[in-house]
Amino acid sequence: MTRLMRIPFAVEALLIALLVIAFFAFPYNLAFVTRILIMVLFVLSIDLVLGFAGIATLGQAALYGTGAYAAGLFAVHVTAAPLPGLLIGMVAGAALAFLSGLVLLRTKGLTLIMLTIAVAQICQEVANKARDVTGGADGLRGIRMEPVLGLFEFDFIGITAYWYVAIVVFIVFLALKRLAAAPLGLSLRGIHESPERMLAIGAPVYRRQVLAYTLGGGIAGIAGALAAQVTQLVSLEVYSFTLSAEALIMLILGGTGRLWGAIVGVVLFMTVHHVAASADPYNWLFFIGFMVLGVVFFLPGGMIRLPQALLRLGRQR
Amino acid sequence: MRLPPTNGSETSTWGRAIMTEPVLNLKGVVAGYGDTTVLHGLDLTVAQGERLAIIGRNGVGKTTLLATVMGLTRLHSGTICTNGQDVSGLAAHRRVSAGLGLVPQTRDIFPSLSVEENLIAGLREDARLEEAYELFPRLADRRTNGGGQLSGGEQQMLAIARTLLGRPSLLMLDEPLEGLAPVICDMLMETFERIAADGKHTVLLVEQHTELALEFAERVVILDAGEIVEDANTEELRRDPTRIERHVGVGMGAT
Repeated sequence: MTRLMRIPFAVEALLIALLVIAFFAFPYNLAFVTRILIMVLFVLSIDLVLGFAGIATLGQAALYGTGAYAAGLFAVHVTAAPLPGLLIGMVAGAALAFLSGLVLLRTKGLTLIMLTIAVAQICQEVANKARDVTGGADGLRGIRMEPVLGLFEFDFIGITAYWYVAIVVFIVFLALKRLAAAPLGLSLRGIHESPERMLAIGAPVYRRQVLAYTLGGGIAGIAGALAAQVTQLVSLEVYSFTLSAEALIMLILGGTGRLWGAIVGVVLFMTVHHVAASADPYNWLFFIGFMVLGVVFFLPGGMIRLPQALLRLGRQR
Repeated sequence: MRLPPTNGSETSTWGRAIMTEPVLNLKGVVAGYGDTTVLHGLDLTVAQGERLAIIGRNGVGKTTLLATVMGLTRLHSGTICTNGQDVSGLAAHRRVSAGLGLVPQTRDIFPSLSVEENLIAGLREDARLEEAYELFPRLADRRTNGGGQLSGGEQQMLAIARTLLGRPSLLMLDEPLEGLAPVICDMLMETFERIAADGKHTVLLVEQHTELALEFAERVVILDAGEIVEDANTEELRRDPTRIERHVGVGMGAT
């Protein structure tokens, strides 16, 4: 992978190729592939927060859900143009991340994890009680999106939705790739490894963590907004603990701290889910469980490290 | 008004003595971990451009002193000033902006980042990576290597280079030669000489090797049980080694 990175635009070309192949390979499953892409975006936001900055979170759904509700309400009450809605979702996710982050990031470890879960639970309860605004347990209905840029109508098969989501994911992925190589991204990885050391070499650790959490919140907000616009429904499930936890498992499967890990993990998890759940609707989680065990024991760096691990194994023979 | 020169050295003129604040000024510094006090009221002034070594046995508070100056250990009482600015209440990263730089004993390289990434992680806007590579050409060869793959000497070079990119006026080195091969020690000592001679840095060396410390420093401070028991220029101490042996416990004086 590192050798690949050195060829100019190799990453961009590979991404575009994957997106085009997925489009032609699954013409009748575009909605599913679109869901995978939205999930990739969501898992990327966790990768930034947890994989890079080392902020342990099990409540990323709070930011995803807030982005979803913000974009949904905006579409119902203000304008149904998709791009402004996306912006609103991003701002809402980032704002909640910033405000909660100011408090959360004063804590560490288990306390931090519990607080992130608490934030998501509070959001869910607020959305549940505010029936008049959010539709409560029935979900927010009546979202009818206008064409993207006034040109591309959302069609029944989901072609527009697919490309709309694909382009957003592509842009965010490239932005994150640039961030990863920039001083900010590297200082976040430094903070992950040793906050004390980063302080001692002059990095304002707390402020950087709040910044990373806010950026992650913005990306999660975009993912939530995309989900709301594409499915034209926002339910209380957007705040569910399961969503945060599954996304974290996807990230661990793929490999934390690496952007490709988010893609690999999500595709693997959702494909296994799709296939295994249709074969055995009750026990499909067993497969996921075994995969996670396998990865944790044999590939601590995630599936993204599989080729390297196999190469090393081959050389030892 | 007549002011005394900052130290006995011939290079300091009256003008400089008035213009320059001490790079480090400690008054009544009491510090420690939790309820345990390690430093019992230290007073220490380090003039700009001075080459100072702090020596002493294990556990007398050398590392604690550096951590306290850097803001990594809680200051119980007393004040810490650098270049005339009181930094006693500042967080560590603000003390870096104020001109303090510490290379910790543990080096604290980020093993999962490459050499270059380790340097960039702490980069400030006005610093240039090339400065680090000019000082340590070895690091330039190892640019893309992981921090975890470096030898002990290379890790130390990286730790020093990374701290220098924070543009410290006071560079504090905590036992930088510990566990390194003699060849590497010589090379690093040479580098310290160059850093101290470039007119931009004051170097404070904490060292267990008394001989190497005396070779480098023009002034030596000896710590014992959290107090300064000797503060003299190197020549003076060389003439009367018992003053060192009494507190450091090397050579014939050891009991």
